[in-house]
This record gives sequence, structure tokens and C-alpha cells, in this order.
Amino acid sequence: MATVEQTGPGPEAAPQDGVRRRDFINLAAVSFGSVGGIALLYPLLNQMNPSADVLAMASIDVDVSSIQPGQAIKTEWRKQPVFIRQLTPAEMQAANAVDVSTLRDPQTLAERTSEGRPQWLITMGVCTHLGCVPLGAAEGENRGEFGGYFCPCHGSHYDTAARVRKGPAPRNLEVPEYEFTSDTAVRIG
Amino acid sequence: MSFPWAQQYEPKHPFMRYLDSRLPLPRLIHGAVGPGYPVPRNLNYFWNFGVLAGVALMIQIVTGIILAMHYRPDAAIAFQSVEHIMRDVNQGWFLRYAHANGASFFFIAIYIHMARNLYYGSYKAPREMVFMLGLVIFLLAMATAFMGYVLPWGQMSFWGAKVITGLFGAIPLVGEPLQIWLLGGYAPDTAALNRFFSLHYLLPFVILGVVILHIWALHIPGSGNPTGVDVKAPQDTVPFHPYYTAKDGFGLGIFLVLFSIMVFFLPNYLGHPDNYIQANPLSTPAHITPEWYFWPFYAILRAFTVDFILPAKLWGVIAMFSSILVMFLLPWLDTSPVRSANYRPLYRIFFFIWVAVVFVLGWCGGLPAEEPYVLISQLATMYYFAFFLIIIPILSVIERTRPLPNSISESVLHGERQEASPAGMPTGLAPGAGGPQPQPAE
Amino acid sequence: MARLLAILVGLGFVFVAAVSFVTGLFTWFSAEEGEGSHAAYEHPRHFDFSFNGPFGQYNEQQLQRGFQVYKEVCSGCHSLNLVAFRNLHDLGYSEAEVRAIADQWAIQVPSVNPDTGEAATRKAIPSDHFPSPYPNETAARAANNNANPPDLSLIAKAREGGAAYIASLLTGYRQAPQGHEVPQGLHYNVYFSNLNIAMPPPLTADGQVTYADGTQPTRDQMAQDVAAFLTWSAEPNLERRHQMGIAVVLFLLGATVLAYFAYRNVWADRKVKKRKAQPVA
Repeated sequence: MATVEQTGPGPEAAPQDGVRRRDFINLAAVSFGSVGGIALLYPLLNQMNPSADVLAMASIDVDVSSIQPGQAIKTEWRKQPVFIRQLTPAEMQAANAVDVSTLRDPQTLAERTSEGRPQWLITMGVCTHLGCVPLGAAEGENRGEFGGYFCPCHGSHYDTAARVRKGPAPRNLEVPEYEFTSDTAVRIG
Repeated sequence: MSFPWAQQYEPKHPFMRYLDSRLPLPRLIHGAVGPGYPVPRNLNYFWNFGVLAGVALMIQIVTGIILAMHYRPDAAIAFQSVEHIMRDVNQGWFLRYAHANGASFFFIAIYIHMARNLYYGSYKAPREMVFMLGLVIFLLAMATAFMGYVLPWGQMSFWGAKVITGLFGAIPLVGEPLQIWLLGGYAPDTAALNRFFSLHYLLPFVILGVVILHIWALHIPGSGNPTGVDVKAPQDTVPFHPYYTAKDGFGLGIFLVLFSIMVFFLPNYLGHPDNYIQANPLSTPAHITPEWYFWPFYAILRAFTVDFILPAKLWGVIAMFSSILVMFLLPWLDTSPVRSANYRPLYRIFFFIWVAVVFVLGWCGGLPAEEPYVLISQLATMYYFAFFLIIIPILSVIERTRPLPNSISESVLHGERQEASPAGMPTGLAPGAGGPQPQPAE
Repeated sequence: MARLLAILVGLGFVFVAAVSFVTGLFTWFSAEEGEGSHAAYEHPRHFDFSFNGPFGQYNEQQLQRGFQVYKEVCSGCHSLNLVAFRNLHDLGYSEAEVRAIADQWAIQVPSVNPDTGEAATRKAIPSDHFPSPYPNETAARAANNNANPPDLSLIAKAREGGAAYIASLLTGYRQAPQGHEVPQGLHYNVYFSNLNIAMPPPLTADGQVTYADGTQPTRDQMAQDVAAFLTWSAEPNLERRHQMGIAVVLFLLGATVLAYFAYRNVWADRKVKKRKAQPVA
């Protein structure tokens, strides 16, 4: 018949050494490729993380020089409302007079304000029950039975230190991370 | 798949047996791209491009879905949203460049794949359906690419959309209302942009569906091969896995190296600088051109400059669409019993001229519609249509083809150049004649 | 039958195309020697920018100088509205410096008066994009002889030739040659595609800007520096892209080599050893 060779026998009959060497190369190629495939996943998943412009809004600087004692302003941070209030001495006294152990979420006013600036109460304007925006920050709004904030959705009352005293809310209004960069400016976030 | 020696799927693991009895997906995969699909053993690298086109499609779908998470399809902010992706979204520049260049690579793979089909007669019986489904994929891909290019809302996006939707206006009677209906207005604006975005998201999945039909239709007769001779015996084939999975893996590596070089080092080479200028309906760019993969068709469109019964513009539109539609007729225009151009010396020459003509058309399409490029496009267009409609039908009848090998394995054993005559002796037999050849005494 | 039909249709197309061809041929040969549609503008000069080539990188000092040129020469007419002040970190400025640049930027950001609700302006903060010198296109054209100074954020990618074109253009103003009429309000520039550009020469003298790092501010130097800065503003991710590219291409080359050997390995038992055919005895 033809003298041109049909080539060697199939892989099973090859010497043990040959089989192992063959498997290794195949394995190496497939592994190398898979590593690449997994590395590719990183950008595909990371792109969903906040983009640079969103991260740039992660902190804001607020000028508080126009807020008088007894006044508050509403501002926005990370797309949510923030209440910045300058407490009057009477409000601070009322907050400190409360026995902390009777509170649903025990915290003192000192724990909720910055060192040396107990008159500045900066909290999220988001009720800890189901997320409504409580009343009390603007002039003339209902401040509830405890003189702080009042959430009209399900009747949660917050006191002058924005701690929950009555109603379904489980925790006090959240205090975000903030830092006074000067006497009249605060950086939130 | 109907080769009787195909390796049967025999699940060993109890879970795989359970799965096989409830939803035989692994069996399907085994028989389609696994060890259970026998493929001719003599395929060359031109057979890699179908898979590469499929990979390019998947790259486009994955990067596209992710881009759609950040893109905003409103004429006022679309351009800015693309820049937002490029600058602010984490690795957004990589996704955008991958998607833009991925479209080019998709078309490179498709064009080489189509050239393979035309050279090796892959469109002939019994694969006519495979071929026509492929043409449908091509048309859908062109529509998808056209709409995709509009989305960044650059100057070329807008003016390209204006020109192409304007072509619909050339259709007699219904043209104008049709154009307004397509655009949702009188010129491309947010209405058109938004619907193009919606359709651009949809069509790739339609393409995916047609690709599945395309592969299904192929697997009925099985793959063709460079000789064009049918598979006759087990030694003509090898199982798809691991032989062609390995070969496709290697081909994929080369493809990805070239793709990465474009994406990371030459990301704007295939694009047009004018598309980095925001769309301005009041200012037309000096030269409106589509992306390079549309250039041959653009040249055909602009080749018709004189009214002749019908307006020139309408002839251009008819010719442009016909240049693709004519390929649907190919299985019936080409009645030569020999598939592969390796054995059709005359057809081979005309085919290579046709390839050169397509390159010439592409080159002209990217240039301004000035002389002498229009004249050259006109000559090239004449050859293009003559090739399919005149030359191929005539050749089918008059061509003297070379003798075919008796089988694939014979051609593999004896080398492609010494098919039916291992010792170089002419056999003088009619093409495709069966029966074993007398072997030389060795 | 079908064959005949096909040939007829084919001849039809060829004929119609031929009609256009012959007409075009006739027109071309009978056309007079008119002016070419291409003005004889020059191609951009060659520059050795640090960011050229696949391994290119920006030079931070140059980018800072270029930013200074943009700030002092160009920003009066040209906006840069896709770039945010915070992006200037890339140029090597610290957070405090970036905040100062934003705060002291001559053009303020549109805002609303919190008491009256009227339109107002405020000082920029790092997260703002560079504000435009004009409130809208009409105002821009009114101030510039009906020309609209384009936004420069992407100009390096929006012009053939990129940074080389920009640097050439800025130094390409010449006296118009004999017989070339420059229309009123335009200026002759050899690198501009139709030779008459609306922008007056922005770099009029050496020393127009005083560089903080002491580099000689010749016109050529300023042109190159601002061209580099504008390349950065169009492609802030160029360095990251090149670095990732080298890593990815090397990895893929390695993977391809392994894939090739795996392929040869798999096919070892099926590939035919090629042999020349034996001559018949």
C-alpha cells in the first residue's frame, strides 16, 4: 500500500511519560487562558462601583455661619437630606437632663456631637423607621412632643438631640461622619 | 448529526445521568461542539473565522450591556454620557474602546468567513440554508452597527444617520412618510436616537438566535472542507473536541492579541476624528463617511450619478441593497458540481479579481466622492454585479474543472496538490468521479 | 432559464452603471483646469512628544505648563467643559492646590441666588467641571466675529494629526502670500484646511506666559506644552491604557504560545508527516 505513514498510534498507547507531558501542556494552556478570563472579570464587575464623579460628591463642605441658635437648615449629601441645627442652651440642657438608660437607643448628646461643639447637631434627615423625611428642621414645622423632630408618616418623635422617644422608629437619627474645617464650615463625609 | 461513527454521549456520573434524563443540555453540547461532532480533518485556518465571529459577538454583547448601564440616549446628553464613560466610569475607557473596536473585529471575521464561503463553495447544496441564514446575520449585523454608531451622537453619528435615513426618502411614493416614521421626526433627534438605542440593544439577541439556527442548519450535513469532497468514512473526520477546540483556542489567542493591540494602542485608528465633535445639525462635516466596514457598499451607493428612467439616488439604493441580496441567489446561480475553487481554475481567477474589486470599492468608499474615484467605483461596481450574475452562471456551464480527490483522507494522505494522482499522473477522469484510483506499486 | 434571467439582470446593472461611467468620463475630460477642491494646506510638523508611541507617557511638568498656557491664553474664549477641576490631580497638583485653582478660577460656575432665586454665579469647587466663558453659543459668536470657539476638551482627538496638528496650527500663522485674498476678520494659517482661520494668533510673543518651573516660554514651547495639555484633556487615561496594554498583550502572547503547543500536542497523532511523492518505478 502507500508508503506514506499514517503517523503514530493514538494517545492511549503512547508511553506514560508522553501522556503526562501532553496533559501538562494542555492543562497549562487551559489554566493560563482561565486565569486571563478571571482577570477580565474585574473591570466588568468594577465598572458598577461608583464612578469618579459620584465619588467626588462623597464629601461636601457646608457653610454654617448663617445658622443662628435654635435654627436648622436642610441640605443634601449623597443624595439624602441632612439636618444641621445649632442648639440653644435650653435645648442642650433638656437633652442632657434625660436618663440615658430609659432611651430605646441610649446615647448622650456628647456622643452625638463633635468634641467641643455640643451646640451643633448634624444628623441625617431620614427617619430610622421606614425612611421618611421628618419635620422640624424648617421654621414653623411641627417638632413633636419632645421639641426635636417629628415624623408624620407613622408618628415617631425625636427629642432635642434627635433621639427617638416615641413611635415605631428603632434608632436615633443617624449622625454622619463630619469634621469642622473652621468655626463656620463643616465637611460632611 | 448523522455520521454513524460519531462518539455517543455516555454520562458516567449519577448527576449527569439525572440531568440527561430531565434536560439533555450536556448531550446537546457534546453533539454540537464536543467529542460527538465529527468534523473533516483537513480544515485550514480559514475555518476558524466562524467561531471568531461568534466570539466577537459575545464581546460586543457583554461590553454593550455594561455600557448600557451608563449611556444616556437623549440628544442633549448622549455625547456627554459617552465621555462620562470614558473619564469617570471605572475602566469605562476600556469598555468603550473594546466595544468600538469589537465591531470592527466582528466585521473582519465575518468578511474573511464570507470569502471562505465563496472560495470553497460552502453555499452549495446541501448548505444553502446555512449560507442564507449567514447572510441574514450579516444584514442584522450591519443594521446593528449602523444604529450603534449613531449613539455617541458625534458629527459622523448624526450626519451618517441623516444620509442613510435620507435614502429611504428615495423610495417612490412611500419614501417620505416612511422616512419620517423611521425618524419619529424630520431629522435625526432624540426620538430617533432613543429608538435606535432600543433596537441596537435588541438586535444582537436576534443575531444570537439566528446564529443558533445557522449552526443547527450546518450540523445537519456537517462542516465542509477545503476539497469540497463529502465525508465518506471515519478516517475522514476527527471529533470537534479536542481537535478543533484546540485549534480554535490557538486562533482565538492570535485574534485577541491583535484585538488588544488595537484597543490599548490604536483605539481610534479605525474611527473618524469628526465623531469626537458633538453633533451639530447646522454644520455639515467636509466629508461624510461611514465606518470602514461599510465603505464598499457606500462606494456602490455613490457610483450611480446619472438619472436613467429612475433617479440616480434610487439606483444607488437599489444597487447597494442588491449587492448583498444577490448573494442569496448564489446557490442557484452557481450550478457547478465542484465546490472548492481549488479545483476550479477559471472561477478561482475571477474570484480573486472580485476580492480585489471589493478592496478597491472599499478604498473608494472612504474617499470623497470626487474623480477619479467615482469612475473607478463605477468600473468596480460593474465587475461586482457581472461576477455574480453573469460570470458565475456562465462558468458553471463552460468551466473545465480539475479532477477531485476520491476522499478527504486520500487528499490528506497524498497532500493537497496530488489529489487523485499520487504519482503526479493525469487521470483524465471527469470531475467528482468516484472509485479508488490504482495505487502505484511501491 | 434562471441563468438567462440572471444574466439579463446582471447586464442591466452593468448597463446602468456604464451610463453613469460614460457620462462621468465625458465630464471629466471636458472639464476645464479649474482650481482643485483641495486648498494647498500643509501637513502638520513632526514633534517628539513624550506621549507618542505605544510606550508613551505624559510629562507632568509639561502638562502643568500647558495648563498654565490654557489658563492664561485660551480659557478666555475656549471652554473645557468635559474636564473637572478634580482631574487636575493627574497633573501632580495636591488636593489643596486643586481646591485653590478651582476657587480662584476667573470664570464662576452658574448658580442660583438662595434668597431671591435669581440666576447667579458661585466660586468653583473641585467637583465642578471647568465653566464656559460664554453662557451660550450666541454670546460666543457675538464676541468672536460670528465664529464659535470650539470646546477644547476633545480637540486633540477631534482633529486629524492630534497634538502635532494643534502645535503646528498655533505656530502656523504667516503673512498671506501674493495673490491670496484673506477675507475680512480671518487670518492666514498654513496648517488650517482652508487656510483662512477665524482665530487670531493666540501666541503672539515669546514670554507671553511666565512658567513657574523656569522653562523658556518661547512660542514653540508654549504651543507644544498646550498641545500636550490638550492631549491629556482628551485622553486622561492614556498612561493607564498603555500600561494595561503591555500587560495584556504580553499575557495573551504567552497564552497563545501555550495554546499553539497544546494544539500541536492534540493533533500529534493525526497530522500526516508531509512527504514528497515517490516517483513511479
